[in-house]
Amino acid sequence: MRRLLLAFFLLLFTIPASLAVDTPDEMLPDPALEQKAQQIGQQLRCLVCQNESIEESSAPLARDLRHIVRQQLQQGHSPKDIEAWMVQRYGEFIRLRPAFYAVTALLWLMPVLSLMVALGLARRLWRRSAPSPAPLTPEERRTLDSLLKKD
Amino acid sequence: MKLTRRHLLAALPALGAAGLGAGFVRMLHGLNQGHFDPRAINTPLTGQPVPDFPTLSPLPDAPALPGLARENFQSLKQPVLLFIWASWCLPCVEEIPFIRQLATSLVNRTAPLALWGLCYKDQPASAARWLEQAGNPFTRLGMDQEGQAAIDWGVTGVPEAFLIMPAPQTGGRIVWHRTGGLTDALYQAHIRPHLEGTP
Repeated sequence: MRRLLLAFFLLLFTIPASLAVDTPDEMLPDPALEQKAQQIGQQLRCLVCQNESIEESSAPLARDLRHIVRQQLQQGHSPKDIEAWMVQRYGEFIRLRPAFYAVTALLWLMPVLSLMVALGLARRLWRRSAPSPAPLTPEERRTLDSLLKKD
Repeated sequence: MKLTRRHLLAALPALGAAGLGAGFVRMLHGLNQGHFDPRAINTPLTGQPVPDFPTLSPLPDAPALPGLARENFQSLKQPVLLFIWASWCLPCVEEIPFIRQLATSLVNRTAPLALWGLCYKDQPASAARWLEQAGNPFTRLGMDQEGQAAIDWGVTGVPEAFLIMPAPQTGGRIVWHRTGGLTDALYQAHIRPHLEGTP
């Protein structure tokens, strides 16, 4: 069973690598550069099949953009330059991982904000729910004693 | 009833839900009216100068129809409506009657608008045949067989349209960009208002 699970998890890790390009001749001869190209491509949205990256999509436009990524890498452009080149043409939308700036600030900060709100609310509830009981008044003490004596 | 802090706190999630609901209704309304398209791609070139793009050759056997280059936008006298199309594109077939009609109306009253075309990933022979059958509405046509110029224009598919206004300093400024076919309603709503100030 354990081995089976292990095999399953190993299989999960192999899938991203096999998603890449349509045909092997699209790939760069230098494996390190090709890997870099795939990393860049996995962060760029295919504008045709909008929930896929250009590395995963078979749309002709995605193929063209993959080609441009590889071409620019070979010309010595940095991944940052290539992303900027894409954003200039297709807008922030092409990034699958949006950059942090005024418009996306709420998007990025929402998890932290909601965690803070939740912690604040939890603290308030915690404090309120456990008020220690007031000590017995002498009258209550007498009543209790008399009740206990009855037994 | 006395309003306590507890009431206010309880009202917060209700208000949040109401806000979300109102936003959702607005979105659905927009979908119905056609001014909200969840699949629309933002158009970062709107408001920007005409991008640098490789010069596009004309159709081989059409001497009256010059190609398309960045320089053509430098000395604009009138606004340009640039269409991205292809002979293999079905929505372009639907769009062509309107463009034809637009072209005729522009010829009749001294043209305030030029219609230019960028032919995307097409064979020159099929493009020429298509224009012959549909009637050519363009005064310039660039053949972008590799689709590289289209990428510089931020084109994601065909048909798309750009409205470019003359701008002496930058050589043409894109004021409107839309993915999908052009209709008379879109023309009246988005293009016509830009043309009123021009000679």
